[in-house]
Amino acid sequence: MRLTLKIWRQPNAESAGAMHTYEIDGVSEDMSFLEMLDVLNEDLIAKDEDPVAFDSDCREGICGMCGLMINGQAHGPEVTTTCQLHMRSFKDGDEIVIEPWRADAFPVMKDLVVDRGAFDRIIQAGGFISVNTGSAPEAHSVPVPRDDAMRAFNVATCIGCGACVAACPNGSASLFMGAKITHLGELPQGQPERDNRVVGMVAQHDAEGFGGCTNIGECTAACPKEIPLDVISRLNWDLHAAMRHGH
Amino acid sequence: MATTTLVKGARSTRSTIALKMLMAVSGIIFILFVLLHMYGNLKAFAGHDAYNTYAEHLRTIGEPMLPHAGLLWVIRVVLVVALVVHVYAAVTLWQRAGKARTVKYQVKKNAASSFSSRFMRWGGLTLLLFIVWHLLEFTVPKVNVAGGATNDPYNLLVDSFDVWWLTLIYLVAMVTLGLHLHHGVWSASQTLGLTNNAKARRNAKTLGWIVAVVIAGGFSLVPLFVLFGVITK
Repeated sequence: MRLTLKIWRQPNAESAGAMHTYEIDGVSEDMSFLEMLDVLNEDLIAKDEDPVAFDSDCREGICGMCGLMINGQAHGPEVTTTCQLHMRSFKDGDEIVIEPWRADAFPVMKDLVVDRGAFDRIIQAGGFISVNTGSAPEAHSVPVPRDDAMRAFNVATCIGCGACVAACPNGSASLFMGAKITHLGELPQGQPERDNRVVGMVAQHDAEGFGGCTNIGECTAACPKEIPLDVISRLNWDLHAAMRHGH
Repeated sequence: MATTTLVKGARSTRSTIALKMLMAVSGIIFILFVLLHMYGNLKAFAGHDAYNTYAEHLRTIGEPMLPHAGLLWVIRVVLVVALVVHVYAAVTLWQRAGKARTVKYQVKKNAASSFSSRFMRWGGLTLLLFIVWHLLEFTVPKVNVAGGATNDPYNLLVDSFDVWWLTLIYLVAMVTLGLHLHHGVWSASQTLGLTNNAKARRNAKTLGWIVAVVIAGGFSLVPLFVLFGVITK
C-alpha cells in the first residue's frame, strides 16, 4: 500500500522542530509499524538523507521502549505497543501523522525520541522495596492472598512506556505511578515503605513537571497493558494514608 | 521544570494530589449545599406563604441559641471558604497542566474521556459567572428584571422566571451544573480513594449521573413551571 507520512523532525533537543511529509510505497499490511518506518529510513539513507530517529528495543511489546503518537493516539489505533501495531490497521492512501510523546517532562532528544528519565527518577524516589540480596527467602514463608497477588501481578505489567502521559491532556503520570504504588502496595513486602514510597514518588512526579490528574480516563484507554483507572484511586488513597500518618 | 535530582524533604501535603483532595472536599460541600438549596426552591410548589415562611425560617433557625440569621451566616462563611479553596486548586492545577505540555500535538484524539470531563474548567468558569449574577439578583442588592418589588421572595421568583430569557440563562446554568456534577462526583470519589476496584468505579460513575440529573433537574422545575404559568402570584 501507499501512504503519506507526516513526521515530526527535530535535529536535537536545542533546535526547533517541524512536520515533514514523506511518501512511502510498497508497504505490506503484514509489516509492523516500526518495520514500515525501517523501510522509510532505508529509503532516506539511500537518498543520503538523515533517517528518522525513533526508539525501539524488543519489538515484542514487552520492554516499553517504543512509543509514538500516531494520528493523535498514543501507540496508534489498537490497544498495543507501537511495535505490535501492524499496517493492516491502515488503508492504502492513508495519511499518518507521527509525533513524539509530548510532555515537558519528556524532552524531545531527536525526531521521535524523547528522554523518559523522569520515570526512572520517580522509581528511584520510592518505586522499590528494600531487601537483603544473597539468600532468597522461602517463598511460602510470607503468604499472599490470591486476589492481592493477581492484582499486583496485573498492574506490574506496566512497562513504563509513557503512553499514559502522552495521552493525558494534563500531561500527568498518575497511571504510571498508580500502577507501581498498587503493584508494591498489594504485597506484604511492600508494606514497610508504603508511606515513604507514595510521598517520594508523588513529590518527584510533581518536581519533574508532570500535571495533575483530572480522572478523565484517556490514560487507561491508551495503555497497551490496559492498566485500569482504579490504580489512581489506590495512589490517592495511599497518599491520604501517608498524610494521616504525618508524612 | 525538569529536574535530574531527587526531591529532598517531600511532604504529602505539598502535592498535586493534596490540591485535588481540597477540590474534592470543597466540591462535596457545594453538593450538600445545592441539595438543601434545591429543597428550599421546591417549596415554591407549595405556594406563596409556604415559600416565604421557609425563607424566614432560614433566618430564625437555631434561635435563641444563635443570633438572627446566625446559621445562614455560618453557611455563607463555609461556602465562601469552599469557593476560594475550589477555585484556587482549580486554577493552580490548570496552570500546571498548561506547563506540563507547552508544545501541543498537531493531531490529538479523545479516546475515552466524556464531554463533561473535558468541559470541567470552562464549565467551572461559567458557573462562577452564574453565581455572581445569581447573588446579585436574589441576595444583594436584588434585581427584579420585571421591574416589580424585591422585598417578597416568592413574588421576586415568579416575576423573574416569567421573563423567558432569564429562565433560559438559568436552564443553561443548570445544564452546566449537571455536566460539572456528572464528572465531579466520580472524580471526587476517585481522588478520595474510594474507587479502588472496577465495581466501585462503576458505582461512582452512576452516582455522578444520579446527582447530576436530580440536582440540575430539580432546580430546573421551578423556572420552567413559572414560565409555563403553573406557579403564579
